[in-house]
Amino acid sequence: MATEISSIALFTTAAALAATVVMLPPGIALAWVLARQQFRGKAVVETVASLPLVMPPVATGLLLLWLLGRRGPIGRLLEPLGIEVVFTPAAVVVAMAIMGLPLLVRTARAGFEQVTRRYEQMAETLGAKPWRVFTTVTLPLARRNILAGALLGFTRALGEFGATIVVAGSIPGRTRTLAVGIYTYTETGQDARAAALLVISVALAFGAVLVANRLAHVD
Amino acid sequence: MLGSVFEPNMNTNREGRTRKRERSEARFELRFSLTQGTFTVAPDLDLTARAVALFGPSGSGKTSILEAIAGLRTPQRGRIALGGRALFDAASHTNVHVRDRHIGYVPQDLLLFPHMDVKSNITYAQPRRSTVDMDGLAHLLGVDALMDRKVAGLSGGERQRVALARALHSGPDALLLDEPLAAVDLARRRKILDALIAIRDDLHVPLVYVTHSPEEARAVADYAVVLDDGKVTAAGKPGEVLP
Repeated sequence: MATEISSIALFTTAAALAATVVMLPPGIALAWVLARQQFRGKAVVETVASLPLVMPPVATGLLLLWLLGRRGPIGRLLEPLGIEVVFTPAAVVVAMAIMGLPLLVRTARAGFEQVTRRYEQMAETLGAKPWRVFTTVTLPLARRNILAGALLGFTRALGEFGATIVVAGSIPGRTRTLAVGIYTYTETGQDARAAALLVISVALAFGAVLVANRLAHVD
Repeated sequence: MLGSVFEPNMNTNREGRTRKRERSEARFELRFSLTQGTFTVAPDLDLTARAVALFGPSGSGKTSILEAIAGLRTPQRGRIALGGRALFDAASHTNVHVRDRHIGYVPQDLLLFPHMDVKSNITYAQPRRSTVDMDGLAHLLGVDALMDRKVAGLSGGERQRVALARALHSGPDALLLDEPLAAVDLARRRKILDALIAIRDDLHVPLVYVTHSPEEARAVADYAVVLDDGKVTAAGKPGEVLP
């Protein structure tokens, strides 16, 4: 039982980390665009980016299942390449990333909005091109919010349940995560296993909040 | 006192001085109209000087002129040129991007990058000319001992000198200064003023100096522009036009 439990904990942590890495580039880009750019349809983009936060996670999972399934618009493109996502560990990462993304985007966006435009202008008077301004001034000045957003996204990913169970299922040793495991074990009367996963969940959440609070106080 | 690196240059004969003076001079064409909300600043100037003082009360448009020269604000009409090089010209749709203007700007709040140390701030701009002597510049401004310090721990005078060094590091065609002595205590003002004069005379960088102190304007500038409510009310030799 111990190896089963610890492998679930390891898999969940690894998947949540992978999801965080996956969500960072689009999350930072989207946050910056929403903070700094004015364009037609911005309200629509803003709303879509927040949808996973307010929609029932199971509904998001169903949507992903349809998109990534063999006959879905994305799944159909991946199939000839031999890539199958649904009910694989990759589906777990995708579900976690989608569910964590809105938290990252919202937090990072607030960070970008706090960066004084005049610092960026100063960099421009010093001859810096847009990418250099972004990487050397904007990004570092917004780093605290980006880190906090990534951590929020990570903790959200750790606890992800609804979307994961629909798009990835609860396959032992393959797609079973902490949250899904707790549900499955409780359903099937394996209370000791459920309790062990519960303890690990509490410990991971505790650690994440501790790190988040430290980040908030460190320069 | 100003740093021995420049000492040999200072003991020049009369001819040398004249040549040096010419090297430091620049033609400023500032004929434009810039409206922000209900306020319009509309200088109509074509002058040649080593250092121009923009003098006037708060809200008279001094900073707006600096920001228009730097390219941070775009006039609706007119022309801005430095040494014959058009930076903005409405008639020919010329509007050189901020990063390509090669103009150093030291705003009143300095805007030192708070997440970088002094050295990273100063060396942020890539030098345009191989002749920029980093050690000489650091020594001239007395920032050589500050290089590893954090920006947050600097005094007002130190911050000012770091901001000057940062703006000069690329070897700009001109340096725009917005109230550079405002946040510096009296004892340190002389040091900054001497540095500015050295920048003007030894580094040959033309200055545009915003101030509401006639003493400062007289000390640094060889041409003064008096502004009131966005309009030039007097322009000429500092001794003649300043109160």
